[in-house]
Amino acid sequence: MVTIPFIWIMGDLLWNGWDQLSFSFVFSAPQNAGREGGIGPILISTLLIVGVCMGTAVPMGLGTALFLSEYTRHDHVLGRLIRGSLDVLAGVPSIVFGLFGNALFCQILGLGFSILSGGLTLACMVLPILIRTVEESFHAISQEQRLSAAALGLSKTTTIRRILLPAALPGLLVGIILGLGRAVAETAALIFTSGYVARMPESLMDSGRSLAVHIYDLAMNVAGGNPHAYATALVLVGLVFIINVSSSWIASRWTSCNRLSA
Amino acid sequence: MDIMQPTFRINPEPGKPAGLRPWVPYPSDELCCEPVTHIRAKNLSIAYQDHQALRNVTLEINRGCITALVGPSGCGKTSFLMSLNRLTDLIPGCQVSGNLHMNELDILAPTTDLLQLRRAVGMIFQKPTVFPFSIRKNLELPLREHGTHHRTVLHSAMENVLQQVGLWHEVKDRLDHPAQALSGGQQQRLCLARALVLSPDLLLLDEPCSALDPLSSGIVEDLIVSLRGHVTIMIVTHNLAQARRIADHIAFFWSFEGSGTLVEYGPAQAIFENPIHELTGAYISGTRG
Amino acid sequence: MISFSSNTLSRSRGDFLLLGSVRLLALTAGGLLFLVVAFLFHESWPALQNIGLSRFFSDPDWYPTENSYQLTSMVWGSLLATTGAVLFASPFGILSALFCHFYAPPLLARWYRRMVELLAGIPSVVFGFWGLMVLVPIIGRWHPPGPSLISGILILTLMIMPTIMLVSHASLAHVPIALIHTSSALGFSRWSMIWHVILPTTRMGLFTGILLGLARALGETMAVLMVCGNVVQTPSHLFDPVRTLTANIALEMAYALGDHRAALFMSGLFLMGVVALVVSTAEALRHRNTYVSAK
Ligand SMILES: Nc1ncnc2c1ncn2[C@@H]1O[C@H](COP(=O)(O)OP(=O)(O)OP(=O)(O)O)[C@@H](O)[C@H]1O
Ligand SMILES: [Mg+2]
Repeated sequence: MVTIPFIWIMGDLLWNGWDQLSFSFVFSAPQNAGREGGIGPILISTLLIVGVCMGTAVPMGLGTALFLSEYTRHDHVLGRLIRGSLDVLAGVPSIVFGLFGNALFCQILGLGFSILSGGLTLACMVLPILIRTVEESFHAISQEQRLSAAALGLSKTTTIRRILLPAALPGLLVGIILGLGRAVAETAALIFTSGYVARMPESLMDSGRSLAVHIYDLAMNVAGGNPHAYATALVLVGLVFIINVSSSWIASRWTSCNRLSA
Repeated sequence: MDIMQPTFRINPEPGKPAGLRPWVPYPSDELCCEPVTHIRAKNLSIAYQDHQALRNVTLEINRGCITALVGPSGCGKTSFLMSLNRLTDLIPGCQVSGNLHMNELDILAPTTDLLQLRRAVGMIFQKPTVFPFSIRKNLELPLREHGTHHRTVLHSAMENVLQQVGLWHEVKDRLDHPAQALSGGQQQRLCLARALVLSPDLLLLDEPCSALDPLSSGIVEDLIVSLRGHVTIMIVTHNLAQARRIADHIAFFWSFEGSGTLVEYGPAQAIFENPIHELTGAYISGTRG
Repeated sequence: MISFSSNTLSRSRGDFLLLGSVRLLALTAGGLLFLVVAFLFHESWPALQNIGLSRFFSDPDWYPTENSYQLTSMVWGSLLATTGAVLFASPFGILSALFCHFYAPPLLARWYRRMVELLAGIPSVVFGFWGLMVLVPIIGRWHPPGPSLISGILILTLMIMPTIMLVSHASLAHVPIALIHTSSALGFSRWSMIWHVILPTTRMGLFTGILLGLARALGETMAVLMVCGNVVQTPSHLFDPVRTLTANIALEMAYALGDHRAALFMSGLFLMGVVALVVSTAEALRHRNTYVSAK
């Protein structure tokens, strides 16, 4: 049942997008509002936005997951509060994150429409999913490991750095990749935080247009933009697929390793 | 570091980690127990939330002895061991009350330096818990953590201690392989080596042989016996024959209405041949428990 | 000990530092929700003050430039599109989960699952684009104009079906294998086992899946924006174009000022409230579900 639309969507994208796709399309700048030229600067902006997003979200997510799993009891009030609020945050629509980002980063912090604002907004958005995955991978480490580390007189810092973090690394990677997937795919939260400008960004304070926003713009606001929208969609979907496949690959390798060692 | 001021020490070169000391087997025919108290527990009680797991344990353990803790499941043996290196601190809702001293050190005092305490008290668990990296790193991590960084020192300490647990010849060619690839018995011996490399004064063994096959179990048992006199050992075991083979003293625990307590404590021979408490006799002869 | 030059003081200071920073990060992350709500509230305050809550429902129409702020028709748009999508997607999602778990040979099931995961990962803007290029013309040929409530419903169905299926699949996987063996031993047919044993034990999990799908549909912006036509009106039948709350925000945020902007934030706040309610219900159910199955 799901197969038909899936193949239909993919087939349609490939059928209409494949011809447009070329080396120069991927690397050259868009011209004539995107009807001609390529998506080079847009790709760069996307990377920068996602980079800012992950650069903020990963340390925060890791720290929070550590706090939740290593420093609070499972039924601790504070831990439960944080977990509950993250669960709700995970369900908040991306457009609402867009509003929030627009109010906080663009206006109050004065960052304007910029890659920085967009990246930070996305960081808020992917944080819950990142924390959830990382925390689960900390929970998967057996309690005996912690006890025996403590029994050797290892300090908490050493235990975390040398034993828990390496063991949770695959989970962290999966979390990062899942977050990446969501960040790359996001449109609604970016339209009014990182803006529309399709030029090559010169700094993080410049406005930059992401791939997803580019598709939207070509499809809705540019007459005759459809061929390039198809090609861009193909690039985007390709990226997302690579991201998803690699995350499930890591996850499955990880579980098979665990089974071996158990 | 006051915990480490031994009033009496059998180690030939006190103050050095075991791995750094030449290994001298202890003469087996000599009396093992020095008449010097090492551990002193007085009215020790342990509670989990509102459940009293262990009540009023009072006993004194001599330096260099092997003491076997026996008793039915759930009578608080593991909890007792964990209070000795304050691992109970890590268990949410666990409260320890009473007095517990190692030499002159008050173990339960809030000011006690936990890392140093745990350095001096080694512990082995029922399931071998090697860390998920190489054999070498498993042994080096605790040493590095406690301030030894010199490469050759680390290496010789590792070799020493692996030889001591009889693992050197089995693993010397694959020191950099993951420790999880070892067999269960080898892993347990590696855990023992990892505890010994810090030269503990006191070694806590929580059913170290119960996950092992008889052969590996025998090897570990011999190893424990060879440590007699060098380290004070407390071992939990459900294998009474093993307790009889290796222990100098037996502490017999029983649980009354859900709370464990120490029923009888004394020299192994006396307990096995001449138990005072009727429960002890019944447990040992296999009619109870 | 003499040979151990360990510096416990600095070690415990390291522990202390780590605890401090980790706690700070966790509090920030936990406070994020509060921050989001606070900012939405702060920005929508002028609307609440100058326009008042009741006018959002009593005004004749949505003409922000002419000081007329009626949200009812867009609320209807959002509700109808979401409800339709949930109605379509739930049976399909649950059936595919059942198929995957009980009927399909393992290899097929794995590939099917993999495919659903990929489908779940397709960006919403791509769904919207595909809908715009393929679905809307088809519907338009059949029953003009094309961009309509029904195309929104269909696209949303496609988008939330994977969510429902994946959550249902996970909760099916939690059914104790002994239960399945027992009911096969009693000679139940596969279908009656599913109907009488599996579905009742997993109904909370399935319901959770549906709620999460609902939350996703309600919050979806780009896809509905691209296929629904965006005419502000209360739809009278499936082929009328509609505008949802989310699409409205996305369309007008770029130029909205003053009360208009505040009104948009107001609708965002409202949206967030509803979604938060749905999600926390789903989470509560999920926890109850695991509790029951653990027993
Ligand atoms: N983490 C914990 N939380 C709550 N209660 C616990 C916990 N650990 C142990 N207990 C309780 O404390 C009592 C003693 O447990 P303990 O593990 O010390 O027994 P044991 O003598 O080691 O048993 P076994 O021989 O089975 O290992 C038991 O009744 C147990 O239910
Ligand atoms: Mg035990």
